Amino acid sequence: MAHDQQDAATTGAYLVRGASILGGAAEDLLIRDGIIAARGTDLAGTDAADGATVIEAAGLVALPGMVDIHTHLREPGREDAETVETGTRAAALGGYTAVHAMANSNPVADTAGVVEQVHTLGRTAGWVDVRPVGAVTVGLAGEQLAELGAMADSRAQVRVFSDDGICVHDPVLMRRALEYVKAFDGVVAQHAQEPRLTAGAQMNEGDVSAVLGLTGWPAVAEESIIARDVLLAQHVGSRLHVCHVSTAGSVEIIRWAKARGINVTAEVTPHHLLLTDELVRSYDPVYKVNPPLRTDSDVQALRAALADGTIDVVGTDHAPHPSEHKECEWAQAAMGMTGLETALSVVQETMIETGLMGWEDFARVTSTAPAVIGRVADQGRPLEVGEPANVTLVDPAARWTVDPSKMATMGRNSPFAGRELPGRVVATFFKGHPTVLNGELNTPYRHGPHGESTAPAGGY
Amino acid sequence: MKHLLSTEDLSLANAIRILDTAEEMAAVGDREVKKLPALRGRTVVNLFFEDSTRTRISFEAAAKRLSADVINFAAKGSSVSKGESLKDTAQTLAAMGADAVVIRHWASGAPHRLAATDWIDAAVINAGDGTHEHPTQALLDAFTMRRHWARLHGTPSAGADLKGMRVAIAGDVLHSRVARSNVWLLRTLGAKVTLVAPPTLLPIGVGQWPCSVSYNMDETLAKGVDAVMMLRVQGERMNASFFPTTREYSRRWGFDDNRLRALDSLGLKDTIIMHPGPMNRGLEISSAAADSPRSTVLAQVRNGVSVRMAALYLLLSGDTREPAATTNAAYSTKESH
Amino acid sequence: MTSVTEAPVPARVVLNSADIDRALTRIAHEILEANKGSQDLVLLGIPRRGYPLAVRLARKIAAADSTVDAAAIVGQLDVTMFRDDLSHQPTRPPYPTQLPRTGIDNKVVVLIDDVLYSGRTIRAALDAIVDLGRPRIVRLAVMIDRGHRELPIRADHVGKNLPTSSSEKVRVRLEETDSVDGTPVNEVVIEAGA
Repeated sequence: MAHDQQDAATTGAYLVRGASILGGAAEDLLIRDGIIAARGTDLAGTDAADGATVIEAAGLVALPGMVDIHTHLREPGREDAETVETGTRAAALGGYTAVHAMANSNPVADTAGVVEQVHTLGRTAGWVDVRPVGAVTVGLAGEQLAELGAMADSRAQVRVFSDDGICVHDPVLMRRALEYVKAFDGVVAQHAQEPRLTAGAQMNEGDVSAVLGLTGWPAVAEESIIARDVLLAQHVGSRLHVCHVSTAGSVEIIRWAKARGINVTAEVTPHHLLLTDELVRSYDPVYKVNPPLRTDSDVQALRAALADGTIDVVGTDHAPHPSEHKECEWAQAAMGMTGLETALSVVQETMIETGLMGWEDFARVTSTAPAVIGRVADQGRPLEVGEPANVTLVDPAARWTVDPSKMATMGRNSPFAGRELPGRVVATFFKGHPTVLNGELNTPYRHGPHGESTAPAGGY
Repeated sequence: MKHLLSTEDLSLANAIRILDTAEEMAAVGDREVKKLPALRGRTVVNLFFEDSTRTRISFEAAAKRLSADVINFAAKGSSVSKGESLKDTAQTLAAMGADAVVIRHWASGAPHRLAATDWIDAAVINAGDGTHEHPTQALLDAFTMRRHWARLHGTPSAGADLKGMRVAIAGDVLHSRVARSNVWLLRTLGAKVTLVAPPTLLPIGVGQWPCSVSYNMDETLAKGVDAVMMLRVQGERMNASFFPTTREYSRRWGFDDNRLRALDSLGLKDTIIMHPGPMNRGLEISSAAADSPRSTVLAQVRNGVSVRMAALYLLLSGDTREPAATTNAAYSTKESH
Repeated sequence: MTSVTEAPVPARVVLNSADIDRALTRIAHEILEANKGSQDLVLLGIPRRGYPLAVRLARKIAAADSTVDAAAIVGQLDVTMFRDDLSHQPTRPPYPTQLPRTGIDNKVVVLIDDVLYSGRTIRAALDAIVDLGRPRIVRLAVMIDRGHRELPIRADHVGKNLPTSSSEKVRVRLEETDSVDGTPVNEVVIEAGA
């Protein structure tokens, strides 16, 4: 952390006035030298605040910078879909100060070399912390463990391993992965999808798929893998993270596993909190995603699970695609939706405006918990004096209409296009530097000359 | 009605209108001059991403009898088989001035994409999309049933629905666009539908469909049925364990000689046997059943041309000067001289 | 055939039921006279209102000539598919075309319609006839000729010549097809244009 403070010395000082801290009482936050230097009522005029740029934040909510546990930045390999630069700009605009970049790039992030490349690209971009996720198996092929230890020891300090996009379906391989990552406190993030039950699957299997004649992706294909994996995690005493939980049945299994003391965490995407498979009736591939949009009862179960802590985090599964991969027949279209720039609004709409959660819970599921799962030491911290100044200011009263063409991500595949949503990110502070100001991109944080300074500082 | 994409959203009035118009079109087929000038100067493109010679020539005959210019575009196997090309193909056809696109596609929903996007402004007719729908097949089936039903009751076909008719649809419902289109249309026309299939070949969610479901062919026949529609079974389903062997399938769910005899012994002398073709003789239908006087297989083919003429005529003859606004007004009964 | 109920509109009655009947009687006699008898006569009514007029005319011809079976000489000719304005009008489903059992080859076909206006309907009818056979002669009988021809077509038999402005509407209402306030009517009215 010492390095960061030094690096951030050039980022100036900001006095955030009268922001509602986690939705509670209004206080001032003084951000200086990359940390929260002071917090209290009416800091203006104090010596500490001298020379600080004042940001009037009455009516705004101050949150810890959001941490995405599940992002596809596409680089290296699919720079036509997204780059680390564009993806992290989108993240900053969405209120994020850290993202976990999934491993299904090309080449796959299955070696220390690739994860270090992604990590370096993230530092160079300077918009958020980019935490590479390492592949569990070589080439995501599901046959042979990748060099998990080498990735863990690399400058990228990988702690989250996932073949996301593909399920680690071989039970022996999954068991070995769960066991092996214990050596460096890693976690296996499973994309739970039984491959044989989902061969050619196009959408949720149910009433709508029956009518549309699209091959079904049954809930049981997700639930059976989760059931197996929580039992494996229990058996080997390891840590399991379940990516993008999408069904009510999965929620029940995870709830049962947690009650048994199994070390499992789970994630839900914003789109699974809001959208249902009824949208597929349009055959518009913007609604094609994996796992697929489910039914309304699944949506309600996911919301309840996020509220009661059964599901720990919101992960965007931000998956940009070039438009030609969506402007085609449903069956030909790529799966995935963008999400970084809409996550906050969708979670506010589905969880806060419905009364299921408050902003404190919001901070837990979008920042604190994902930082803990990813073992990101200086993220997801409380907004207290001395803590790293990763702070997001949100205007909860704002409403806006989603226009994908105006987004920073290169992906135009937002399923929320045309929807009016609540909540707007006004400012994002990353290591004390405003990457976003007045709702617009400011400048990136410039890391200092001290090389890799963001190593996990222990204590996790 | 700008497009004909599915029977699910086809109103009773529009369904009857198509069937009634098809009756008039059928009369044209009996004339010496089997041609009408109605679509002179209009261009109909048969855009086939999947082989189906029967359906293509049926649409081609229909368009030509209405004096339309016909372009056949077989997209299968050519460079046009990757997703983005549907857009390019559509825009190409639009640039060529296609007034209607008859599309057959292996992907469910492809016709909806053509109709919903701004890639092309032409009328879109779904000639079978994946395992979704095949509306003109269901319309020609309904046309065939309606003529049979009317003859049986000594009433005219025109204007009639299928109220009270009992129809069994048997076979691979899961993968059948014909079954789906028939279930919706027969519901709209008031017929009572029973699906007969092995549980593996029924979709999850079939319980919500407006029909009953049976796993037993003989029980379904014994309850009385006015039309039995046999669906084609693809041989490759066997390898995917949908049923153990073709022999077992044929015994339990096929229309074999025993069941043909059973119709007689059950006193169902007016029950017709239908098949959308092409048939697997000896699998879902025996030769004796396919060739019996009860079989409507050839009548279905004949009626296909009439129904497709009706669809093309009704979609293409409307006022082209203000497209979207006339969607509902298109069926005003006002006369003008 | 279903009835079309129309709301009353300010209109002037130009022919009442008795006028229509008298006109039909006269036309029936004219047809027989022009044809020098009932030999080879076929009356083809153009839907909708030409057909009931054809049926009435056939009855009158049968009344005048006992050798004629009215039902055997009357038919319906739908011209929808032959119109030249299909892409300028709302879609119309076609009516059935029904020819007398004798067909129309070498017959004397009298086309019958309610109103002769631009002449385009009759042009379409002539095309339709060509596709059905080869009559020896085709004649035309109409209840109303309102002028404003756009094609070189004229009627052989006319119930009434009615000078109109093109903004006016001429409505022939027949009890077989029309009713006003639920009561079947026989009348010809002129409605003022908009």
